[in-house]
Amino acid sequence: MIHSLFLVNASGDIFLEKHWKSVVSRSVCDYFFEAVERATEPENVPPVIPTPHHCLINVLRQRVYFVAVIQSEVPPLFVIEFLHRVVDTFQDYFGVCTEAAVKDNVVVVYELLEEMLDNGFPLATESNILKELIKPPTILRTVVNTITGSTNVGEQLPTGQLSVVPWRRTGVKYTNNEAYFDVVEEIDAIIDKSGSTITAEIQGVIDACVKLTGMPDLTLSFMNPRLLDDVSFHPCVRFKRWEAERILSFVPPDGNFRLLSYHVSSQNLVAIPVYVKHNISFREGSSQGRFELTLGPKQTMGKAVESVLVSSQLPRGVLNANLSPSQGTYTFDPVTKLLSWDVGKINPQKLPSLKGSMSLQTGASKPDENPTINLQFKIQQLAVSGLKVNRLDMYGEKYKPFKGIKYMTKAGKFQVRT
Amino acid sequence: MLGMSANSVSYNEQGSVESGVDAAPWFLCRNEDLKEMLESNKESLKLEAMKRIVGLIAKGKNASELFPAVVKNVASKNIELKKLVYVYLVRYAEEQQDLALLSISTFQRALKDPNQLIRASALRVLSSIRVPIIVPIMMLAIKEAATDLSPYVRKTAAHAIQKLFSLDPDQKEHLIEVIEKLLKDKSTLVAGSVVMAFEEVCPDRIDLIHKNYRKLCNLLVDVEEWGQVVIIHMLTRYARTQFVSPWREDAVFDENSEKAFYDSEEERRVDQSKPYIMDPDHRLLLRNTKPLLQSRNTAVVMAVSQLYWHLSPKHELSIITKSLVRLLRSHREVQYIVLQNIATMSIQRKGMFEPFMKSFYVRSTDATHIKTLKLEILTNLANEANISTILREFQTYVKSQDKAFAAATIQAIGCCATNISEVTDTCLNGLVLLLSNRDETVVAESVVVIKKLLQTQPSQHSDIIKHMAKLFDNITVPMARASILWLMGEYCEHVPKIAPDVLRKMAKTFTDEEDIVKLQIVNLAAKLYLTNSKQTKLLTQYILNLGKYDQNYDIRDRTRFIRQLIVPNEKSGALSKYARRILMAPKPAPVLQSAFKDRDRFQLGTLSHTLNSQASGYLELSDWPAVAPDQSVRNVEVVEPVRLPLRESESEENSNDSNKSSSSQSEKSSSESDSEKKKKTLKNKKLQQQKPDSKDRQKRIRSTCLRIMQHNYSLNYYLPPQIIQKTLNIMTKYILIHIVLSISSPFFVNCMCSLLHLCVFLACQFDAVSWPVRVSLQASSPVFVPETSHELLHRMTGKGLSAQYRFTRQPCIYGNSMVSLQLTLSNRTDQALENIHISEKSSTGQNIHRFNAIERLEPQASVTVSMGVDFNDSTQTANFQLCTKEDEFSVSIQPAVGELLLPITMSEADFTKEQGKLVGMNESSATITITPENVSSQSVNRKVVSVANLGVIPSGQENIYRFAGKTVSSGSLVLVSVALKDPDAMITINTEKTVMGSMLLRQVKTALTNSGP
Repeated sequence: MIHSLFLVNASGDIFLEKHWKSVVSRSVCDYFFEAVERATEPENVPPVIPTPHHCLINVLRQRVYFVAVIQSEVPPLFVIEFLHRVVDTFQDYFGVCTEAAVKDNVVVVYELLEEMLDNGFPLATESNILKELIKPPTILRTVVNTITGSTNVGEQLPTGQLSVVPWRRTGVKYTNNEAYFDVVEEIDAIIDKSGSTITAEIQGVIDACVKLTGMPDLTLSFMNPRLLDDVSFHPCVRFKRWEAERILSFVPPDGNFRLLSYHVSSQNLVAIPVYVKHNISFREGSSQGRFELTLGPKQTMGKAVESVLVSSQLPRGVLNANLSPSQGTYTFDPVTKLLSWDVGKINPQKLPSLKGSMSLQTGASKPDENPTINLQFKIQQLAVSGLKVNRLDMYGEKYKPFKGIKYMTKAGKFQVRT
Repeated sequence: MLGMSANSVSYNEQGSVESGVDAAPWFLCRNEDLKEMLESNKESLKLEAMKRIVGLIAKGKNASELFPAVVKNVASKNIELKKLVYVYLVRYAEEQQDLALLSISTFQRALKDPNQLIRASALRVLSSIRVPIIVPIMMLAIKEAATDLSPYVRKTAAHAIQKLFSLDPDQKEHLIEVIEKLLKDKSTLVAGSVVMAFEEVCPDRIDLIHKNYRKLCNLLVDVEEWGQVVIIHMLTRYARTQFVSPWREDAVFDENSEKAFYDSEEERRVDQSKPYIMDPDHRLLLRNTKPLLQSRNTAVVMAVSQLYWHLSPKHELSIITKSLVRLLRSHREVQYIVLQNIATMSIQRKGMFEPFMKSFYVRSTDATHIKTLKLEILTNLANEANISTILREFQTYVKSQDKAFAAATIQAIGCCATNISEVTDTCLNGLVLLLSNRDETVVAESVVVIKKLLQTQPSQHSDIIKHMAKLFDNITVPMARASILWLMGEYCEHVPKIAPDVLRKMAKTFTDEEDIVKLQIVNLAAKLYLTNSKQTKLLTQYILNLGKYDQNYDIRDRTRFIRQLIVPNEKSGALSKYARRILMAPKPAPVLQSAFKDRDRFQLGTLSHTLNSQASGYLELSDWPAVAPDQSVRNVEVVEPVRLPLRESESEENSNDSNKSSSSQSEKSSSESDSEKKKKTLKNKKLQQQKPDSKDRQKRIRSTCLRIMQHNYSLNYYLPPQIIQKTLNIMTKYILIHIVLSISSPFFVNCMCSLLHLCVFLACQFDAVSWPVRVSLQASSPVFVPETSHELLHRMTGKGLSAQYRFTRQPCIYGNSMVSLQLTLSNRTDQALENIHISEKSSTGQNIHRFNAIERLEPQASVTVSMGVDFNDSTQTANFQLCTKEDEFSVSIQPAVGELLLPITMSEADFTKEQGKLVGMNESSATITITPENVSSQSVNRKVVSVANLGVIPSGQENIYRFAGKTVSSGSLVLVSVALKDPDAMITINTEKTVMGSMLLRQVKTALTNSGP
């Protein structure tokens, strides 16, 4: 399936290569570089690039391209999903997945890639299993290894690989048994000029951090499971139970994992927590444009809107912007024409605003499009869909775990058209 | 010792130097050092050396010189060192074949190691060494590993099969034997890998799958995600060769285009002869893959989607929509592939994605290829109903800063305009407006698209041509200018006054124009010369002269050709007589069609589909067979898994024999052999009876019963698992009683038989109502939400506080059995009202979810809140107290019966099935004379859904309209059907809630007899 993998950095250098079948010359990447050159932005590089004898499938994560070389028919999503899983694993091991991190840990990277694929077919991708085979590098472990001469490589087949719960390792022990769940919802919305919602939907995830001894069996139930329109589960969730009773029942993996991601149907009314008043105008014949932006909270159920960040790609004709924010700081990059305003927290008594003028190229005609405003924000302790966890129970183990649930609402792809 | 450590420090220093730019001179001396390190007898040094070598390999540098030094360490005890040596070996063995052979014996020894991880990794490396000489050794190792006790090692063996096959294809026959053996493996770990090997080595040996088909289907959920993808793709191909098409019955209802695509002439002929019944194995596959739509792995979801697309009956296809739309939230690359597949699907089945149209709206932050794909899909989804929304959306895209995208949008508008004739004029007008846009690419694209549109109906649009002629001076993009000139020439008869004038202007600027424009000027001149030679003869002559001396030889050639063609002279001969017919021939309008039109020749989700060209190793999906091949090939000895519990019993051999003999006849087993068999199994039971452990015994009996059931009924294929469970429970109890009483006569066996029938029957009866309903009750969104609100509190009685409520018809977020309400509270006084809330101590038994108290409501302000009330499926009023800081007001809400429902979707077949169950008491009907304006389907639908919150069921019959819903509290089905028999209409309502049914009937009656909106 996957023949070879090349890692390419932003400046177009191949800094790592790995082959699972016979060696493919790195000149195959020339086709990829051509495609990169043709694309104006790094994001615009097509994910699948055909070449005369091979096919290149690439993903871009944190400014590193992962280019997989394929020789014969394979579902492209299979490769893409796998490459993303590789990146996730690297992040899990090294904290970040940058060029520097990969170069510093090249041996571990190689050992990981060797375990993850055999003959181009995925062998072990579950992070719990990999961590037993190859222990993540830590400073302490490096020191211990140099002294005792032990290694980072496990000598036994991880028990998970053979068990019915491959995602959990056996013999887990903690002194403090705790299980934390974060319900994070993102609002994707497009708001039109007049402030009415064109489309809005809520996408949510439940991320868990479970540190429990032994083989706990957890059940999580919701007050209002009917809200969940479409869900996808971590493999540990028992699907039958969900179908019949709408209860999440699972033996959790050890550590951090994503339990569930869900979608709240777009037919339900989505409460849009902020509004944007804007007045961006250019006058014909004048080299000045007016810029006014005011943000305000709306339907926030009494919670504060925090970490607000406004960004907008201004038209090409704009030379500079002379604005004054009532709070926070703003930057305008005259080259990329990107305006970004770090607002912080919205105070409902004193609404944040950004006002001023833009100077245009003299003689240039008035731009006929208005910029789109992208919004980011966070609201703590609120799940905007109204989803509520009812209770969390544990079976199979004797101790009493500490349980915690946190709610948060964030802006996903939140755009306001002007 | 000291020297050595000093040595290693100096290496480290060099290492840091190495991370600089140029490493060539350092590298030469370094090789020697590395060799020295590898030959030292200190493990840590060797390990350090290997780590650096791996670093070199990773960077793509050549480290093959070190081969002899490295290969010596292959037998090292240090497992990390060993692994790194393996990495090296696999990389360079092909180049250094002779030396690589030195390591083989180590691997052969490791293959016998007690540690399964070591066995597996030895096999992995051995099979990765691409040295032809060791093929026999590899073959032997694979055969041995295929029977290994550890499933992990067997999995590695499956991978090794593919490696050996690519090294030496001559081994195919032997490898197929191993594949056959491994396909029988019951471990979920092995399944994915061996199917992968099957796909690569012998994809045409479909016969190997038959016996394993059901096992693979049943294991599928537990196989690891990557294996799932491979197995699903393989099973898709398998099913297309083994089952008959489930699309037949739909073919009668569906549009022509689909029939044509599936090329089902033959199928339909068969269809007429006998009704279609889906093969239980086909159903098994569909049923077992469905849960995987919920997988977190996008490749799995895509694989299941394509399976449903290629295999499921049409009406079941809609379940994949949501999951595919969900994938759009994933990474950019995933979006790209999913959108491509949706684009192909949306051409054939618009309806599937239409409800999710808004998910395809373009955001300014999307990558360009994502934007164009979304545009493509929106264009495909456009129909008469939604075109205005789509066009409004397109209008914003046209203004986008990304000009390439704006141009693509204009193309899309053109596409919509040709496909939907109702909006052609609107689109044309919109495009004409764009002609005054400031951006050239936008204008140019508009001109080109307008040209294409005008070609379809030129006569009505001479004013647009005139308008374009006016704009001509301002347009600079050559392609656009050329398009306008072509239009002028082609339709010069529609604009007899303007065309010559344009030609006059062009004659002046001819020399400055681009080549493509010049060609069109010559073209225009020729056409005008033929139609209006009086006015344009001289102009044409002039232009032809200019063209004659042009720098570009294309233009010179064209000029010469045109001159000969149109200007009659003695040499021109016969051709010039036909000049008019040649130049003014009616030209067919271009067809604007989706770029994804022909993609459906490839299986969805494949690389070939993405590339739109056949990738190597692509396996074509075969057409459905006209007649299903023998189904019995998939039968396996079902007894095998349940034989285990009997193993230790003394009568093992005996029972085995009976199992074998009976399984061979199981298909048509006569009652006689059945009873015989039962006798034997009962004997077993009696033997087991002596064993003390009663729990154990119960288990055994259970499995025996299961076996009886499987033999007689193949029950597990027809009955849902819950029913089997129930039956088993009942049976186990009965049999226990009998065994305790030690009854063992032929009479008992007969009893058992009837008992079994009874049990199955009972279990079915108990579950028949609840089970299928639970599956088919998919709540859907309301079809219609009335805007009318009802008065809750008048401002006079409320001392200035007024309240209105309306039903939102959405599932309530506060509780499953609650009806969702929206309350609008307004303050009509001139003072602010404080602390508005619903009193805690309210009253009539209904469960009410209160809204959060409103701290302060300013004068003349109003606020909207939502609340939930559990009416418990009755129209009794809900009474409660609405309080402010000072006052309390008693208010009540009386719901209309139609608001106590939630719409659901189901197929027409399910509807009639459910309706059949709810007859007698549960049915209420009435015949009414319908008012003439209500006869149309739209108005019936509208009337009914405005009265009650019901879902519309797509109906295959004309004049019968069906609606389905369920009550909010208890979830009972409410089915409404309206049959029109001009001028009468018969309304039937089927529901368990008879009171609600009759109330609803009355309301529907009044709605349909009343005229007005």
